[in-house]
Amino acid sequence: MRSMKRLLVLAPAMVLLAEPALANRVFVSNEKGNDVTVLDSETLEVIGTYPVGNRPRGITISPDGTELYVCASDDNLVRVFDPNTMEEMHTLPSGPDPELFVLHPSGNPLYIANEDDNLVTVVDVKSKQVLAEIPVGVEPEGMGVSPDGKIVINTSETTNMAHFIDTDTFEIVANVLVDSRPRFAEFNHDGTKLYVSAEIGGTISVIDPATQEITKKITFEVPGVLPEAIQPVGVRVTNDGKKVFVALGPSNRVAVIDGETDEVKDYLLVGQRVWQMAFTPDEKYLFTTNGNSNDVSVIDVAAEEVIKSVQVGQQPWGVVVAPN
Amino acid sequence: MFKGIIGLLVGASALAGAALAQQPQPEMQLIRAAVLRVDEERLPPISRLDLPVEDQGFAGARLAIEDNDTTGRFMGQDFEAVEVIASPDTAGAELDKLLAEGIQFVVLLADDRTTLALADQAGDRAMLLNARARGDNLRGADCRFNTIHVAPSHAMLADGLAQFLMWKNWPDWLLVTGSHPEDEALAAAYRRAAAKFGARIVEERVFEDTGGARSTDSGHVQVQAQMPVFTQRAPDYDVLIATDESDVFAPYLPYLTWDPRPVAGSAGLVPRSWHPAMEAWGGMQFQNRFERLANRPIREEDYQAWLALRIVGEAATRTQSADPAELRAFILSPQFDVAGFKGQKLTVRDWDHQVRQPILLTTGLLTTSVSPQDQYLHQTSALDTLGIDRPETECSF
Repeated sequence: MRSMKRLLVLAPAMVLLAEPALANRVFVSNEKGNDVTVLDSETLEVIGTYPVGNRPRGITISPDGTELYVCASDDNLVRVFDPNTMEEMHTLPSGPDPELFVLHPSGNPLYIANEDDNLVTVVDVKSKQVLAEIPVGVEPEGMGVSPDGKIVINTSETTNMAHFIDTDTFEIVANVLVDSRPRFAEFNHDGTKLYVSAEIGGTISVIDPATQEITKKITFEVPGVLPEAIQPVGVRVTNDGKKVFVALGPSNRVAVIDGETDEVKDYLLVGQRVWQMAFTPDEKYLFTTNGNSNDVSVIDVAAEEVIKSVQVGQQPWGVVVAPN
Repeated sequence: MFKGIIGLLVGASALAGAALAQQPQPEMQLIRAAVLRVDEERLPPISRLDLPVEDQGFAGARLAIEDNDTTGRFMGQDFEAVEVIASPDTAGAELDKLLAEGIQFVVLLADDRTTLALADQAGDRAMLLNARARGDNLRGADCRFNTIHVAPSHAMLADGLAQFLMWKNWPDWLLVTGSHPEDEALAAAYRRAAAKFGARIVEERVFEDTGGARSTDSGHVQVQAQMPVFTQRAPDYDVLIATDESDVFAPYLPYLTWDPRPVAGSAGLVPRSWHPAMEAWGGMQFQNRFERLANRPIREEDYQAWLALRIVGEAATRTQSADPAELRAFILSPQFDVAGFKGQKLTVRDWDHQVRQPILLTTGLLTTSVSPQDQYLHQTSALDTLGIDRPETECSF
């Protein structure tokens, strides 16, 4: 009886979606192609490619899945799309040269790194107003937000710091010096660890957000790959905190790290110049953007194996998976 | 004579910023440096696009001070760089003045001879950061412990180009050398590169500098006749390599060789430390920052002066010290590295104090390639396939 009931409830939804309930849309920004490639997370096929403005890089989606945000770096704004139709709904002011951004866990506001202006811009996605501009270090890039939404992290690539920004006061409350060219900041899901990648330094700094101290530096070594080619960029952590994936740029590898010991377990061979990554909501798959081979690698998260690569547009940069 | 202090005001105004409002800062540490540019009397360049600019080198230094100060405002550090223009005759006295003021980091924009003389004059009183001179002797027999070579050497530039030409499968070179000593020094670097990477120099020719004005009204008419004649009856070759440090003839060669062959070296495909259209590895933001500050495209000497002061800034950030002795020791330690928009960390060779760095191979408008090329491997760093490696160095400190 119970299963019958659930079927009845599900049925209308399935009709509406007209596709398998498990499939999610995967959105890949193609930096050079000026478009977004949309994939189906189950069939791993390309659904379509849609123009999104000039030099799209950072890409994210609202928690309810109704708004897709794209940093159109050369247009100096954020473009907002309907994820289902890929029609542009409106734009948001972003400050100059937006590269990466992060949404507050509640879905509002949006924190944007302005790489050219040493600023983090805070934008209300509903009122489309700029709430604050926060001066940070030189070439702000990586953006992370704590699970409770109280702290936003910005990394500045030439200053080599992770700046801790209080989301209530918009003020910097701490600065942590990390290795050269910090690219990305990612909290684990209980907020007890912050992972900051350093592209040129070749390391991940594991930071205790409570004390703002670096508790460990993760280094990488791939046999047969020049150390200079190992350049950590994107970082993703599974919900249970047990697996950390790090995109290693031109070494064409993704490192798999044990989230408890923070030791490297394995390196997975992906496409060329692997940059950013995104999980499906069920964490079955992890998608990686490979900028120099114009494809996306699909990693089976449980098996820690690359199962497929899918050709997308020119120089894929960012990726996000719809939550529903 | 022109002298100015930059950086102090930037640092001071940043102090008032929101970031520091609720963090009482300790006393600001001051890190002082100077940029000493020694301008020689010389003829104007062949192309007016290469005319010297008043702030050449200094503009790069100003950007470095801005970048250092932005970091410094989080670290309680303030940077300044005094700018001095001298002639070869006054350079020594100007250096003495800077040293007397207690400045212990001097970025030097001077030719080989003056660089060496000033290094000897400074002794252990200062660290010099060479941001112009390319002579291999300065990194070899005439090396000095107090000098960090931020500018790439002739050998690094020649090796960077040679690797690309071998990848291109153009191993036969016609070497055309100018008649000045520095042209011959650069030619020696290409001979060495040919031997190192398996290229052949099929013939060498010398282009005599007969003096006179560089550009004249309708001068191109004569040039169009002269260059094909100069390059005719050469043995079969793949590429002409010109060594013309004095800017006498090389830019005339492309499209005017007798045989239809590409030109490289001092014209055509030119190896450089930096190029104003380089956009990879975050270069776009760097170019934007520079152009906003200087209102012109960047030049190699700006990049090199920028990198020199970033080296000092990076050492101050990492050591959290303003003590020149501590900064110098850190810069020379194996722990030191700095990012310079070239896709990998830049470090200092301990055997000759040359900064390891990729070499850009550039045409007029763009970067064609960046060396080292992938197929050239090395047991410690691929960057050490460029220039004089540890086993072959003639430097002993």
